[in-house]
Amino acid sequence: MSKPTDLVQGTLDLLILKIVALEPMHGWAIARRIRQMSDDVLRVGQSALYPALHKLEQQGWIEAEWKVSENNRRAKYYSLTRAGRHALAKEAEQWERLSAAISLIVSRA
Amino acid sequence: MGAPVRGHFPDREPRVRRWLGRLRLRARSLFLSARVEQELDDELRYHLDREIEEGRAAGLAPDEARITALRALGAVSQSMEECRDMRGVSFVEHRIQDLRFALRQLRKHPAFAATAVVMLALGLSANVAIFGFVDAALVRPLPYEDPARLVTAFATRPEKAPVQVRGNVSYQDLLDWREQSRSFSSIGAYDVRPGFTLMTPEGPLRVPGLSVTAGFFRTLGVTPVLGREFQRDEEGPAAPPTVMLSYATWQIRFGARPDVLGSILTLQGEPHVVIGVLPREFHFTMAQQAAFWTAIRGRQYCWEHRGCRSLETVARLAPGVSPEAAAANLTTVIRDVRGRYPDSHRDPETAKLVPLREVMLGDIRPVLLALLSGAGLLLLIACINMVSLLLARSDSRSREIGLRSALGASLTRLVAQFATEALVLVAIGSALGLVLAALGMQSLGRLLTPDMISRMPYLQGAGLNLRLLAFSGGIALVAALVLTLAPLARLSMSERLAGLREGSRGTSGTTWRRFGAYLVMAELGIALVLLVSAGLLGKSFHRLLHVDVGINAQDLTLVGVQPLAGQTSERPGVLARQVAERVASVPGVQAVGYADLIPLSGGLAPTSVFRKDGSPDEHLDDYPVRRVSAGYFAALQARLLRGREFTEEEVASSRNVVIINDTAAQRYLSGEDPIGKAIVIGAPPAREIVGVVADLKDGPLETPALPAAYLPFDQSGFALVVRVSGQDPELVPSLARAIREVRPGLLIDGQTTMAERIDQQPSASRHRSSAWLAGGFAAVAFVLSVVGLYGVVAYSVGQRSREIAVRMALGAQRRSVYRLVLGEAARLVGAGTALGIVCSLAAAHLMRRLLFGVQSGDAATLAGAAAVLVVSALLASYVPARRAASVDPIEALRAE
Repeated sequence: MSKPTDLVQGTLDLLILKIVALEPMHGWAIARRIRQMSDDVLRVGQSALYPALHKLEQQGWIEAEWKVSENNRRAKYYSLTRAGRHALAKEAEQWERLSAAISLIVSRA
Repeated sequence: MGAPVRGHFPDREPRVRRWLGRLRLRARSLFLSARVEQELDDELRYHLDREIEEGRAAGLAPDEARITALRALGAVSQSMEECRDMRGVSFVEHRIQDLRFALRQLRKHPAFAATAVVMLALGLSANVAIFGFVDAALVRPLPYEDPARLVTAFATRPEKAPVQVRGNVSYQDLLDWREQSRSFSSIGAYDVRPGFTLMTPEGPLRVPGLSVTAGFFRTLGVTPVLGREFQRDEEGPAAPPTVMLSYATWQIRFGARPDVLGSILTLQGEPHVVIGVLPREFHFTMAQQAAFWTAIRGRQYCWEHRGCRSLETVARLAPGVSPEAAAANLTTVIRDVRGRYPDSHRDPETAKLVPLREVMLGDIRPVLLALLSGAGLLLLIACINMVSLLLARSDSRSREIGLRSALGASLTRLVAQFATEALVLVAIGSALGLVLAALGMQSLGRLLTPDMISRMPYLQGAGLNLRLLAFSGGIALVAALVLTLAPLARLSMSERLAGLREGSRGTSGTTWRRFGAYLVMAELGIALVLLVSAGLLGKSFHRLLHVDVGINAQDLTLVGVQPLAGQTSERPGVLARQVAERVASVPGVQAVGYADLIPLSGGLAPTSVFRKDGSPDEHLDDYPVRRVSAGYFAALQARLLRGREFTEEEVASSRNVVIINDTAAQRYLSGEDPIGKAIVIGAPPAREIVGVVADLKDGPLETPALPAAYLPFDQSGFALVVRVSGQDPELVPSLARAIREVRPGLLIDGQTTMAERIDQQPSASRHRSSAWLAGGFAAVAFVLSVVGLYGVVAYSVGQRSREIAVRMALGAQRRSVYRLVLGEAARLVGAGTALGIVCSLAAAHLMRRLLFGVQSGDAATLAGAAAVLVVSALLASYVPARRAASVDPIEALRAE
């Protein structure tokens, strides 16, 4: 990946699901966590993040709740639903297969 | 990457929950939109605040932190819009927004909205109204079972004169046809002379009616609602008289009594037993809305003689038999009959089959199709004008649209916006158009004369129905599509952005101006086509009304007289002479004559064979034969070219004399003096020609003169032609009184004037209605196209006002401004007119069958229409030219 913010299409959903699986989290925290966990390689702008969050919520894979945040303000916290957990498992498996297949080709070539 | 990323559901229970959750979310977004919007705002604001905080924690100044955060955030409104899209409800929401916006736009520009709506309504209503009649006449099936298999079969000589479309068949021949032909599942026939005399308590009454053979209704597949149809043993002069009633007669005259069967009616002086009632929807065009149907009982002569061809057939093709095969089969039958009866079948004939639908529709089909094309052209003009309007407006909206796309409106969203505006316009226009169409059909219905309705009963059924609604829906859809695509074509992506640039107003119009110019050229061309067509039809109508009928129609009153059975015990013709003598003594009457059929009686029947005496094998043709009184031509003021009229003595003694018309004299005796020569009319003996009269119109107005023969009158029923002096309203009743004085109870069968009769000729009515309708279309098209031209020129002037101001500031004269604007308009008008002339010639050629007495390339009509269009178009462009020339250059430049 040449630009750190470029994400393979569809993988942002997987990352979000993975991260909110750990604990309920608001958008900004999710973006920060993705950056931290990828050692600053992946940076998700809000222009991609929030539409993705709303779409996942619409799909019923995550649900939102307004809670008081760590800095004492109201923030919208997203958490994984049961359906989202199943979807995460599936997507993660897909991703494993896909990335393994890609690295197989890349390393062999 | 082929692997799908989502779309798998682990088990049912969460699936249901998910659906419920989704539904809840959608409902929330839809109904609590303000709150959801607020939440979205809060969420993004929270994100921004955290970014700023982080920046400050990293040691940035507050302002700097804020700017960095904002930069990182990107286009907020765009991602908010995306968030809304992701919520999915935005579709409904957007449509509602678009609708509100469209309505607001239309309210803000009422002139634009009203013009667009009115144009569409005009175009649509003209089309729907005409289509209503096309539907009634050409689309809707005849009220018979499987009407496509029904034909009229007749025997014809291939070289027979084209004016007589359908030949008739004699009763005895019909029996042979029925017997021997294998290609028809059944053959019925009807007598070509309709109408009966019904005895009522108030006296004798002429009623519409038809005599038919047994099996006539079975052939059509019509089952009586009450009783039964005629049987074989009810045909013939000796059979017991029976009658069937039309549904309307049963309802009105018999109060829909179920016990009407078995009642006795006196028709033609004989008691008839009612045996059946026909269904409500049944109609038979050739029967002039017959109220009474009797079995063919026939005049004795016609019953036995194969030469009396008084019947027309209705036949149903047997299953699996093609019309060609049936015609071939019937031709063998006809040859066989001729072989057995050579005396009554002198000429070899072949069978011809014509679909019943064609026989019934007659000549209305090309008229309707031409009118529908006219309405289509009108719609085209209306659409072009609407497109021009929208284009002009989208041009002035390009800033607004540029702004909206900069604020995050996607192309799809803009398309949706255009589509919504188009749909709103089209919906209002169509609704109005349908109302106009319904009204239009009503008033068109009033344009139909009673005579036309009786000949074309199916036209009464014209009205709004599902097919019509589907038709108008189709038009509306196409209009909506055109109106959506037009502004889109105009606004390519780059132009959307260009619209924001300062001062871009002046340049962006060039492309559109060129396109608009093409549209106006097309419009002017179409308008010219309609103007020329209307002109040609109007001229045809005028020519038709002023066709030389060979008589002086002024002050000529016509009275039909029918004696009842038992009133003609004396020799035929005596009664007529007595009546004529009595009428001649009425004050105000100048001349009286009588004939079995007066001029312009519509049909050509009865016809006879003309032969020169001494050349029995030289067959000539079937042509009209009339039986006339002494003094008939004098009363008509027809021109006797040679010889004399019949004398009273010749008529009284039915002498073998004949008067022929000019055409007959030229065809059969060219170069000879016909007077004193012998000619055979129908059966021998030969008759001596005593006079030659200038051609009278015996048939329809538009048919060319045929050879005709006039024999001494020897009939019982007759029509009086009475030349009166001036318009005395008291005269007509006194004529009736005089006639009844001769014989009380004589049936006076229709009374009219010759001028009325000419005016009400079916062909005159047809020409009149098509001329009026085409004229209406042309007028509307003319106005629309001139308005369209005005719009384009005015718009162009508006666009170039800066250029014009600069020119004037630099010293250009007003005259040169006029030249500039009018020159542009003249180029448009010139090109449009040239295009129109070419198309008009083609269109006129297509409709040449509808014309009478006018060439399709009639130069006067073409030049007149073009002149009207050019002059009005230039006048329309003069208005904006004047405005441009009177511009104050300082003002115009300052306004920019």
